[in-house]
Amino acid sequence: MTNPRDTTGPGPTKTEHRLDIRAVRRQFPALRQLVHGHPLAYLDNAATTHKPTRVLDILVHHYERDNANVHRGLHTLGVRATEAYEKARARVAQFLGAREAAEIVFTRGTTEAINLVAQSYGRSHLQPGDEVIVTAMEHHANLLPWRRLCTEVGARLRVVPIDAEGGLRVDEFARLLGGKPRLVAVAHAANALGTVNPIAKMIRLAHAVGAVVLVDGALAAAHAPVDVAALDCDFYACSAHKLYGPTGIGALYGKAALLAAMPPWQTGGDMVLAVEDDAIRYAEPPQRFEAGTPPIAEAIAFAHALDWLAELGHERVLAHERALLTHATEELRAVEGVRLVGTTRDKVAVVSFIVEGLHSHDVATILDDAGVAVRAGDQCAQPLMRALGLPDTVRASFAAYNTVDEIDRLVDGVRQARALLG
Amino acid sequence: MPDPHTLYRDTLLDHGKAPRNHAPLAGATHTATVDNPVCGDRILVELTIDGEHVRDARFTIKGCLIATASASLMTEAVTGHPLAEIRRLCAEVEATCDGASAPDADMMGALGALGALAAVREYPARRRCATLPWVALRQALGQGQV
Repeated sequence: MTNPRDTTGPGPTKTEHRLDIRAVRRQFPALRQLVHGHPLAYLDNAATTHKPTRVLDILVHHYERDNANVHRGLHTLGVRATEAYEKARARVAQFLGAREAAEIVFTRGTTEAINLVAQSYGRSHLQPGDEVIVTAMEHHANLLPWRRLCTEVGARLRVVPIDAEGGLRVDEFARLLGGKPRLVAVAHAANALGTVNPIAKMIRLAHAVGAVVLVDGALAAAHAPVDVAALDCDFYACSAHKLYGPTGIGALYGKAALLAAMPPWQTGGDMVLAVEDDAIRYAEPPQRFEAGTPPIAEAIAFAHALDWLAELGHERVLAHERALLTHATEELRAVEGVRLVGTTRDKVAVVSFIVEGLHSHDVATILDDAGVAVRAGDQCAQPLMRALGLPDTVRASFAAYNTVDEIDRLVDGVRQARALLG
Repeated sequence: MPDPHTLYRDTLLDHGKAPRNHAPLAGATHTATVDNPVCGDRILVELTIDGEHVRDARFTIKGCLIATASASLMTEAVTGHPLAEIRRLCAEVEATCDGASAPDADMMGALGALGALAAVREYPARRRCATLPWVALRQALGQGQV
């Protein structure tokens, strides 16, 4: 296990597993600020990460030099913008392990990617009486599109329960597959718990009964290795902003054959080949699913965020996050009155907890007074909170730039909240 | 790390940790339940109105310390008071928590213990917590016999 407290080691090399945290932090301007007189300890990375200077710079660079619409203008800037945008698509494809760039559709984010699949694939492939499986730990983004779809087409939504540790009941999943579902939608890692689901196994089991599988990778893409080809998943959705990239851009990976069989979702410019008076010929994927002017600068910056992460060493970042998770888990467990929520062995760097007798928003306010930023509330997973019998939780989530010292400040703040409000 | 927490002090802490009138009210004539969609908090305000006066006011809450303190202070402030005065008070408290400008010395004087709620002005994310009971109170007052 690496020691994230050690920030004085040599810079990263191929064989060196330690991150130079001080050097990493220097690349994040937003981290250099005081909040209520304290250095910001940003522990809300599962909501969104901060962005390195490199990503911020490329946004400005694009608008200053290459700004033009894509896939249209024959002029120089249009060519440059299109090349950079399509290069970004190839970069995202490489990151996710897709076989070809055309399997990547740029979307506004994970939510839009899932809605795209529900509305395009779902409405054209599901029949009344069909079944769709989700899990009890889904974010609303991977639940509500399916609930709506099921209502619209008369399909039935089945929910895989979780166990006391916040792990998926794979036995129940296997049992529900007996209903021959058409589609399975599952989080790679659950935002409210940090649980990493056994998606490779789930995909194998689902494919055996002919179901198509969508994986919500909003959280996992930054915090776990992803290889869509090796997983053999059918759809994988993620957002740049949780991956050190800008907001407003995300990606949907879809197997080429599936995307080819899907009707357009939104219609408009850039997604059509020919508009006759009595017929329309739509573009091939991925253009078919990118109506209108996309977030061009953001897509390019997304690719730069991935480059930044790769140069830092994604594996090294993950090892660092695991060390932070272990430290946070041990320290919070030692605080009287704190109960961890989501304690499976396979987790990403997320710690959810309740402080007995205290409301999560009161805890979060006291932490914020100390400069510690966490998420508090229902974690956009109200059915999960009901299943756990909890009104809400406090959630701390870690990224490449976090330190053991910041986690110690979190734990101090929780102790202080107990002393003051308990 | 000890810091002077500006929100969790004195009156709010006292009423938040040991709320007054935090109980169901048998025979209530006016009630309202309000949710805070941001956090899922929920408050039930129950009143006994006798003619033009609130005779009794109680609340039941699933919520944070700030909402609880605000509800406790509110029920103390309205019990025994005429409806017209309470309606005015609702507007004053909501302006105190959420208004464009901070309450002046006269207003703070008039609010008495309720003036403690002005602390949420420094915590925009928590203003709705403080005003939630008052929204419920206004709704309860707006209703007829239940």
